[in-house]
Amino acid sequence: MSLPILEAKQICKQFKDPVAINVLNDISFSVNKGEFVSVIGKSGCGKSTLLYILSTMDTDYQGELLIDGERMTGRKDHELASVRNEKIGFVFQFHYLLNEFSVLQNIILPGQKLNKKSLGELENRAMELMKILGIQKLSNKKPNQLSGGEKQRVAIARALINEPHIIMGDEPTGNLDKKNSEIVFDIFNQLSAELGQSLLIVTHDPEFAARTSRIIEMEDGRIIRQ
Amino acid sequence: MSVKLNISIARALLLARWKQTMVAAVGVTFSITMFIALLGFMTGLNILLDSLLMNRTPHVRLYREVRANPNQPVNLSSQYNRHYNFISSVKSGNSREQIYNSATIMQNIRRDDRVLGLAPKITSQVFFNEGNIDITGVVYGIDVEAEIRLFYFNDYVITGNTSDLKNVANTIILGKGLAEKLLADIGDIVQVTNAQGERFRLKVAGYYQSGVQSLDKTQSFASIQTVQKILGKPNNYITDILVKLKDVNQAAAIAGEYANNYETDAEDFKTANAQFETGSSARSVISYAVGITLLIVAGFGIYNILNMMIYDKMDSIAILKATGFSGKDVKLIFMVIALGIGLFGGALGLLFGFLVSLLLDQVPFHSSAAPAVNTYPINYNPVFYFIGAVFSLVTTYFAGFFPARKASKVDPVIIIRGK
Ligand SMILES: Nc1ncnc2c1ncn2[C@@H]1O[C@H](COP(=O)(O)OP(=O)(O)O)[C@@H](O)[C@H]1O
Ligand SMILES: [Mg+2]
Repeated sequence: MSLPILEAKQICKQFKDPVAINVLNDISFSVNKGEFVSVIGKSGCGKSTLLYILSTMDTDYQGELLIDGERMTGRKDHELASVRNEKIGFVFQFHYLLNEFSVLQNIILPGQKLNKKSLGELENRAMELMKILGIQKLSNKKPNQLSGGEKQRVAIARALINEPHIIMGDEPTGNLDKKNSEIVFDIFNQLSAELGQSLLIVTHDPEFAARTSRIIEMEDGRIIRQ
Repeated sequence: MSVKLNISIARALLLARWKQTMVAAVGVTFSITMFIALLGFMTGLNILLDSLLMNRTPHVRLYREVRANPNQPVNLSSQYNRHYNFISSVKSGNSREQIYNSATIMQNIRRDDRVLGLAPKITSQVFFNEGNIDITGVVYGIDVEAEIRLFYFNDYVITGNTSDLKNVANTIILGKGLAEKLLADIGDIVQVTNAQGERFRLKVAGYYQSGVQSLDKTQSFASIQTVQKILGKPNNYITDILVKLKDVNQAAAIAGEYANNYETDAEDFKTANAQFETGSSARSVISYAVGITLLIVAGFGIYNILNMMIYDKMDSIAILKATGFSGKDVKLIFMVIALGIGLFGGALGLLFGFLVSLLLDQVPFHSSAAPAVNTYPINYNPVFYFIGAVFSLVTTYFAGFFPARKASKVDPVIIIRGK
């Protein structure tokens, strides 16, 4: 009964700089609802490139991408923006928070954009998420006053605010020390186990990958094992 | 709702960089201030100068030109009507400067609804006798009351009493320069000789100053009756009828009509003062050009600052896009930033412009051409404020447009990958 949340069909991508190189070759796979999938592979094998395509930010590729059974390929900029807003939570290697806003405001910003809940409801949900992530004391601080691990947890809370269908992460622990990596991983695990959250996380940390429910291994722009 | 959110994001970005924002806004404020002050000042001066001329200028002047009769007898003769007739040295003969039937004409014109009022006038050439030197001059015979009402005669009589002209027989108001030449104080007697060589003694009742030196050295004013006596003319003798209209723009048409109806020559004020409009429109064009140039320069300032801000905010733009804000949203955010700067800078500019105008209004300004004015004339026309407001928004709109478009096209992948 597991429905695919995300499907990639024969995705290829070339960079034409300076000569055309195939970075991704015939990538096909799907992520089912509730799955915790990790993508591993050597540096430069095309993991990030793939993730940008899957997250709808990069539209320059061949093949087909479906999210929730809906075709994303060839859609307009503002349509893709609202898909990202509603269905995808993204966690980057670097935190990417807006320093002009407080932690709480950063977290609820995508929720305000979606505009389905009142400000009060969003704030309540944000406070709940912060409690789960152990950062409830930071809500009124500015992002530049936080440590790396704290920032990453704020970014995860922001990714969760709209109850996305899938969370994507591009080496979310790549910039963190052992202890903080552990915390972030535990959070992902908890989300997967307790809330049935679907996750697709790129990592080069084999230990991290080993603890996920499924591993996709890439090499030179191809999937060699899944 | 999305608009409201975008505006609040724009506000946060603006406030986070309030120093940059201030610099951009100060550029707009400065140019709007200058624009308002400059236009208020220039237009005030324009209106003053125009009114100096318009106050003293009749809209329509009726007179008779001394000229030869265009229908010479030979043209009327049937014997020669198929010939070309060449006549040389035609004399003006018995044509006169007097307006015939002046009483009836004045009565008719006074009844005309389009007319504000009229003033009869006599121009007469005389000599003022100073010892054994004769100074050529002009005495205008005027209807003092009409002259005060229609042509602000009182404003130009700097000392003495205009009513004496009417109430005391044989009085004269001398041009300032003329009085100095004649060494005539108020109450002194001056001697005047008419073209026929007859002498008259007139008492000085005051000084007149038009601001035009050459006129003030020759002009003087007396009552119509006095001038008629000097010329030895009957009491229906009038050489000019000066008409003021309710609507200046009808001057040319009415002048044509009167010339026809009353068989006189008629001149409207535009024909008489062709240079008048050119000067005043050139001055406004210059002020607008300077003001708008200032605004455009301020626009480039805003453009630069927004461009810098976008480089500064690349990361934020990438995040907004990654979390679901579209290119349109980002464009709107930066347009709001630009217009916010324009609105804030423009509003301050209008305020400061008004304050500077008030200040200039207090600066002493004395001109012999305008004895009734003591400080710089400033015009507070709301149209300038309206143009200033509109222009500050329009320039900031265009200054913001290209940076905002650039921001909307930022590719989040490139930014995120770049880290
Ligand atoms: N903009 C680009 N132009 C040309 N080549 C690129 C560009 N971006 C990435 N690449 C190349 O694509 C390959 C895959 O990169 P990436 O997806 O970042 O790998 P990974 O995330 O697995 O380390 C690398 O060889 C990289 O050099
Ligand atoms: Mg990578």
